[in-house]
Amino acid sequence: MSERTQAPSVTSEQIQQWLDRNLTTVQKPGRYTGGELNQIVKDWEAIPFRVALAFPDLYELGMSNLGLAILYDILNADPELLAERVYLPWSDMEAAMRGGQIPLFSLESKRPVSEFDLLGVSLPYENLYTNTLNLLDLAGIPQFTSERNQHDPVVIAGGHSTFNPEPMADFVDAFLIGEGEDAILEIVDCVRQWKVSGAPRSSLHRQLAKLWGVYVPSLYAVSYRPDGSVERVESVAPEAQLPVIKRIVPKLPPPVTKMLVPLIDTTFNRFSIEIMRGCTRGCRFCQAGMITRPVRERPVEEVVEAIARGLEQTGFEEIGLLSLSSSDYDRVLELVQQVGERFAGQNLNIGLPSLRIETFSVELMDLLKDSSRRSGFTLAPEAATERMREIINKPVTTEQLLETTRAIYQRGWHTVKLYFMIGHPLETLDDVQAIADLCKQVLAIGREEVGRRARVTAGVSTFVPKPHTPFQWVPCDSLDQIRAKQRLLKRELRGPGLKLNWTEPLETMLESWLSRGDRRMGQVIFHAWSRGARFDGWGEHFNYQAWMEAFDYVGLDPAFYTHRERPIDETLPWDHIDAAVQKRFLTEDYLWSLKGQTRVDCRERCFACGILPKFAELRRQHPGEVWECPEVRSPSRRRQIEEIPLEPA
Amino acid sequence: MAEFRYRILFGERGDLRFIGHLDLQRAWERTFRRAAIGLVYSAGFKPRPRLNIGLALPLGCTSQADLLDAWLVEEVEPAELVRRLQAAAPPGLMIEQARPIGGQQPKLQRLIQAAEFEVPLRPEEAPGLEGRVAQVLAMPQLIRQRRGKGYDLRTLIEALELRPDPKLWMRLVARSGAVGRADEVLRALNLNPDLHIPHRTRLILSEGSG
Repeated sequence: MSERTQAPSVTSEQIQQWLDRNLTTVQKPGRYTGGELNQIVKDWEAIPFRVALAFPDLYELGMSNLGLAILYDILNADPELLAERVYLPWSDMEAAMRGGQIPLFSLESKRPVSEFDLLGVSLPYENLYTNTLNLLDLAGIPQFTSERNQHDPVVIAGGHSTFNPEPMADFVDAFLIGEGEDAILEIVDCVRQWKVSGAPRSSLHRQLAKLWGVYVPSLYAVSYRPDGSVERVESVAPEAQLPVIKRIVPKLPPPVTKMLVPLIDTTFNRFSIEIMRGCTRGCRFCQAGMITRPVRERPVEEVVEAIARGLEQTGFEEIGLLSLSSSDYDRVLELVQQVGERFAGQNLNIGLPSLRIETFSVELMDLLKDSSRRSGFTLAPEAATERMREIINKPVTTEQLLETTRAIYQRGWHTVKLYFMIGHPLETLDDVQAIADLCKQVLAIGREEVGRRARVTAGVSTFVPKPHTPFQWVPCDSLDQIRAKQRLLKRELRGPGLKLNWTEPLETMLESWLSRGDRRMGQVIFHAWSRGARFDGWGEHFNYQAWMEAFDYVGLDPAFYTHRERPIDETLPWDHIDAAVQKRFLTEDYLWSLKGQTRVDCRERCFACGILPKFAELRRQHPGEVWECPEVRSPSRRRQIEEIPLEPA
Repeated sequence: MAEFRYRILFGERGDLRFIGHLDLQRAWERTFRRAAIGLVYSAGFKPRPRLNIGLALPLGCTSQADLLDAWLVEEVEPAELVRRLQAAAPPGLMIEQARPIGGQQPKLQRLIQAAEFEVPLRPEEAPGLEGRVAQVLAMPQLIRQRRGKGYDLRTLIEALELRPDPKLWMRLVARSGAVGRADEVLRALNLNPDLHIPHRTRLILSEGSG
């Protein structure tokens, strides 16, 4: 490791002074000031260990991320720790900062990010990867882990997209795979001890690798076959576990109520509370549904009390009751009744997303909404033909959907938003035509009920086969196919009352190669960034050319990652990450999908996805309604047998 | 339902100077919510709280004398109102005073006539400034561009003085459709507005009100 000379440090006073002189010259200066209600500013000099929590995109998005809000709360609750926030500046501010030689700084105390001990980066989706490199660069931290020295912050990343950590493996000291509430403090302890010890960075890496859920990519070697697929992932240190099992919290901890209240408008400007984590539905395209198991619910009383406390502390006028599938929450009616009653007459807007397609959902929303606040009602049928619904395992009948939308219009909503997904390779143009027909049928029902005020908005995204799902072997649709399908929709879904939103096909390709890539993708990301790629998720900034040049330069073919059907026995780049849903289950479910065979909600019947054997001991310690999985009462016979080594090692 | 209208004198300090008018409106709404003081809401599709900020503060300026009219669903003792709002206010929002006013009073926008600003200067900026102030005041007109349109800044300057410390003091017209901007006055004086923080010290209301 080469000894870099420390960059001349910039003081927080200098940064503050620079901000005072420059903020009126950039768009939305409120992004860069901090100073919001409930912000926590501690005495920098008095705190021995400092964490920067970064969301590699704009403030407006980062402030809407509940995961970082939770970690901010946990870390700052410890008097020995401080946590401050970091977001990316928009291009105008970036240019001003680079011009003024101002490094990326934290919002709370305006300290350079490079002065923190630990930098935690949230990566919920893949198009933040180039932003992460830009964030490191603006902070003056070497982008490649191998080039960082003793003084540089330890870079830890987590979030849904890191269930395939390989594309970002070169840039991150350690990933936390899974849930951070317990793990964050263990990671902090580990880094703290290393800081005191003065040992080399490699020794920290080995200590971190021992923690449950922590993946230290530098301790694993990847070899490839001549055809470019992964041959093997080997651990090169005794501490590096294979596989790396995702981290979970056995029981959802008490929710954060003292949330930061932004002064400017943000994406989700509301008080958010998770009512439930995980999902039992088993939609085969849904990565979140697979990687967040087991299902754990918060009790109704806890949710209601948290909202009351949260509103007192924040004054938000909107509440988001978050989960992957609200209708499945066991006591959903009771929750909605209690929330509706307790917070009535306060002019609040209460969101209950992801409702099942049934008239009961309309009754639920009716209990939450003031009669005057009915904007749109969202349903996600995802597909419009029985055949496709069986392939993706989202069985709902067209009659049921039509009946539900009729109830929606009858109860006073004028806009129905329908989410669909195109691009499964087994989907034909007839299946896509059915989407258009269905939207028109819904609009016709709307016209019957509310006349010309009726609206239908179709949000049509494009399928990306995600790691750790039953579709992980499936190829992406070809660009030509996607374009043909979108052309059909654009032609059909026009006219009064109809609106269509779709995803740019090239952006789908980006998401696809990034989510399905192996470790060699790191070079592509780096070279795309150095050719100017950043803010890939912002249409106007997406630079497809830079990515093509980067692939070309590195000598990789994007189609290898996106359009290739992967053999069922291929070693996938993320196979050494164990999301606790067994590959055997995913394989079976994939084969079922090809036969159009569906599964019921696993609350009704356990399909042995793998969660229970993996976390049997945790489940035993947390019996009853804490999990939705069946009880594990005593150590099972099978488990005992497994634990007896058959042959001496 | 009964309505109780209050006029609140407030200041904006610190980071609050970088937020816009609509953001300030929402910050106020949330302050009332945290203070558990009920606001009257409009009827209609999207009910809005009845809050009326007298005069938008330009981005980058601080203030000690802004006005807000709020319509409450209950009567609150003014000192109590100030205390509860201040306890719930975000950093930088200073609640100075509250008093009940008649529901039939005209809107603040119709009452406000002018605004006074102070702009602290660095000592080295003072020499020669007196002369430039006199020059500006002597001009028959002072055409400036704003959003592609020309307007006469001179008619919007009611008073302009260099005061000890040193600082500039000015009184600018602030009627709807004719609001003088402190940063434009600084430019007219060859001072870089990005290096100064105008501080609004007073709003002047028409006779017999406020």
